[in-house]
Amino acid sequence: MRNDDYLERRGHLANLSEEELKQRFWDLAEELVDPIIDLARKNTSPSIERSILLRMGFSSMEAKTIVDGVIDRGLMGKGAGHVVYRLAKDYKMDIREAGLKLVDGQMWDEVLVIFKGAGK
Amino acid sequence: MNLKPNEKLNVEEILKDLDKYVPKRRGWHWREGTDIPRQIGKFEYFDMSSDLKQSQALPAAQYFGNIDPQGKSIITTEIASGRFEDDIRRMRMGAWHGADHIMVIRTAGQSHFESLIEGTPQGVGGIPISRKQVRAQRKALDFIEEEVGRPINYHSYVSGVAGPEIAVMFAEEGVNGAHQDPQYNVLYRNINMIRSFVDAAEAKTVLAWADIAQIDGAHNANATAREAWKVMPELMVQHSINSIFSRKVGMKAQNICLSTVPPTAPPAPCMRLDLPYAVALREFFSDYRMRAQMNTKYMQSSTREATVTHVLNLLISQMTSADIQSTITPDEGRNVPWHIYNIEAIDTAKQAFAGMDGLKDILKIRRDEEPMLSSVREIKERAILFMEEMIKNGGYFKSIEEGFFVDSGNYPERNGDGIVRKSDAGVGVGTVYERDEDYFAPVTATFGYNNVAQYDESAINNPAKLIDGCTFEKPEKIIFIDELDETDNVYVRLDEVKEKLEKPSNLLPEVEWAADGTILVTLFFPVEERTAEFAAIEFGKKLGLTEVEVINKEVMQEAEGTRIELKGKTNFKIDTETLVIPPKPHILSDDEIREAVKEKPLKIVAATVGEDEHSVGIREIIDIKHGGIEGYGIEAEILGTSIPVEKLVDAAIETNADAILASTIISHDDIHYKNMRKLHDLCVEKGIRDKIMLAAGGTQVSNELAIENGMDAGFGRGTKGAHVATFLVEKRKKMNL
Repeated sequence: MRNDDYLERRGHLANLSEEELKQRFWDLAEELVDPIIDLARKNTSPSIERSILLRMGFSSMEAKTIVDGVIDRGLMGKGAGHVVYRLAKDYKMDIREAGLKLVDGQMWDEVLVIFKGAGK
Repeated sequence: MNLKPNEKLNVEEILKDLDKYVPKRRGWHWREGTDIPRQIGKFEYFDMSSDLKQSQALPAAQYFGNIDPQGKSIITTEIASGRFEDDIRRMRMGAWHGADHIMVIRTAGQSHFESLIEGTPQGVGGIPISRKQVRAQRKALDFIEEEVGRPINYHSYVSGVAGPEIAVMFAEEGVNGAHQDPQYNVLYRNINMIRSFVDAAEAKTVLAWADIAQIDGAHNANATAREAWKVMPELMVQHSINSIFSRKVGMKAQNICLSTVPPTAPPAPCMRLDLPYAVALREFFSDYRMRAQMNTKYMQSSTREATVTHVLNLLISQMTSADIQSTITPDEGRNVPWHIYNIEAIDTAKQAFAGMDGLKDILKIRRDEEPMLSSVREIKERAILFMEEMIKNGGYFKSIEEGFFVDSGNYPERNGDGIVRKSDAGVGVGTVYERDEDYFAPVTATFGYNNVAQYDESAINNPAKLIDGCTFEKPEKIIFIDELDETDNVYVRLDEVKEKLEKPSNLLPEVEWAADGTILVTLFFPVEERTAEFAAIEFGKKLGLTEVEVINKEVMQEAEGTRIELKGKTNFKIDTETLVIPPKPHILSDDEIREAVKEKPLKIVAATVGEDEHSVGIREIIDIKHGGIEGYGIEAEILGTSIPVEKLVDAAIETNADAILASTIISHDDIHYKNMRKLHDLCVEKGIRDKIMLAAGGTQVSNELAIENGMDAGFGRGTKGAHVATFLVEKRKKMNL
């Protein structure tokens, strides 16, 4: 709880021009947002990974099953799309074929071998 | 499919071959032809855009050559009935009235649904946004926009715990606009804040790729805070967080729209409070677009009251700016989303903008004089102080944890009632994963670290190259799921409607869904509020209605009475095949009538005959002020009321009139027909019947019975001057007068 102390607080803003005020507003906004942008660069989420699989030509249901499998095996740090991509590449399958194997619960052991040491 | 104005849009046709449908374009579309003066009908306009090819003009347009000026702001209509197939018909109605931004509300609970919903299940308060529903609606709009001659933007929500996937689906399906604001997830959907922002970066990157216009969620703070006029500093902060975050992930400023709402409403002195805020906001956010929302916070169930508030909101839009003008209806207060209120709200915006055209060239906001000068400055400074304290407090997440947002105090005032969320709690907590050094995603439009180089240095700017293109380059790779639920889908619903109607020619009234049978009854009971309410429910039941509900009541005077609006369902059908519809009265155009009268002048005498003091009807037919026949140049002499038939005939002979018009309102004992007979007989007796036209009019007059009683024509309720003038011109020709 705090009473309105606007008049006491505004001292350092009182002499800023309209342009300076605007500049200050946007500088502060950037300062607030920059750490969050950095966080977003370095992290991923189930929804991001599902969205990548959608773009790789999987249905929403297939994407969900694959991402759940990737989470269970501790491979999110690699990327779910990466998992499918490497399986396809290493076993000379096309992307969809490889993903559908995973949807059917197959070849997860092969995936773990490819990314061995990934189980964080 | 080619839509014809007089044919219904066939939803089954839309659903056919949907699996193969590819949307014809991508990206947001602004109105064209703005910022140039234009001539529309008899007037010059300064704030309008290109005309529509076909449209439904405002009712009063009939006085102005049916012009339908289209303002420069995009006009939004929000559609949310829960059945997308019925919403499609509403979209067409909306587009004809001038909406070119169709915002589809999602079903309750979709925010917490991991993954996409598929198929066409029915929704609550909106539709489940699935690929099939989106594709069907976008396909329908592809035809509707051809019909009206203006691109229509289709819009829904990219929020919740499936944001990035929904964004991808929207990009693939040609969706043009989307709400995306991680703060909305955090504050109002209790989704974990870390997850929300991480997801948002990816979702926004996809929206940017697809050129989708983004609308933020800041207006919700206004709708949530107890005293909404006090959250203005915070609203600025929320807008800035989402805007700058979006810019930093690569969205262009022109696609970033602020959802801004005038915070208060009458009886508060809202213009004085809301206008400085609107100015302050537009000055700070001059790089961005304004989506002007209408106030919902202080809306009850009175459509009249909402309309007045919204017209004041539109005045703010006109005097400042609105790239997108939202329209809103009091649906929540009135229990269901009604077709008619969507249209009313669209027309409110269209009408107000047409009426206020060019206003800024006449009126000016006194920005640099008091009280505006200080008010604008104060709002800006309060917002900056808010942000300074957030930073001092450890940043955005920490400030959310301490309930900085949606506090009802006017910052720096704090009431301690803000929304508190913790970074280690909420839906989706613990579902964010750090990317390893070899993290990789082989698709287009991703955000953040992506080690493409480990596989192909040359693909760094085009990771999808490694899979020979993703769905963004190759839409044929999209997997379309039709239906997942055999009992809850559009085909089942369409069959149910057919069954209910029994045959295609049967009709039931409708407010939101085909054949829902709902009607609205407005009535007044001369008793106090509660008695009126329960009397009304009983009355509705006696009318044979089911599911009777009072949706609005307003006290006229505590003891003298209450206005009630009642809704309920009917179960009887009208068969249009056996319906007797009298032929439409034939009317010549205004120009044809004027031409005929100019060529050969026409003179009439008129009176209310017998012992009858009514004069309104005849004035409406004759008087130029009321659109009467004088307007066509017809010379008319009105003798007055209670005129004996004899006097009327004598006057006709004396002035050499072409016609006698007799008004007869009183009808007991068939006195009106008796007077007609008398008039005819008298004209025969005086030897002028073959040289004069006789017509009678009145609320109880039928054309058939008037002719039977010696008249050349009879005119009943609803007659306009044009009907009578048409008769006079055509009959004169036939009689060779």
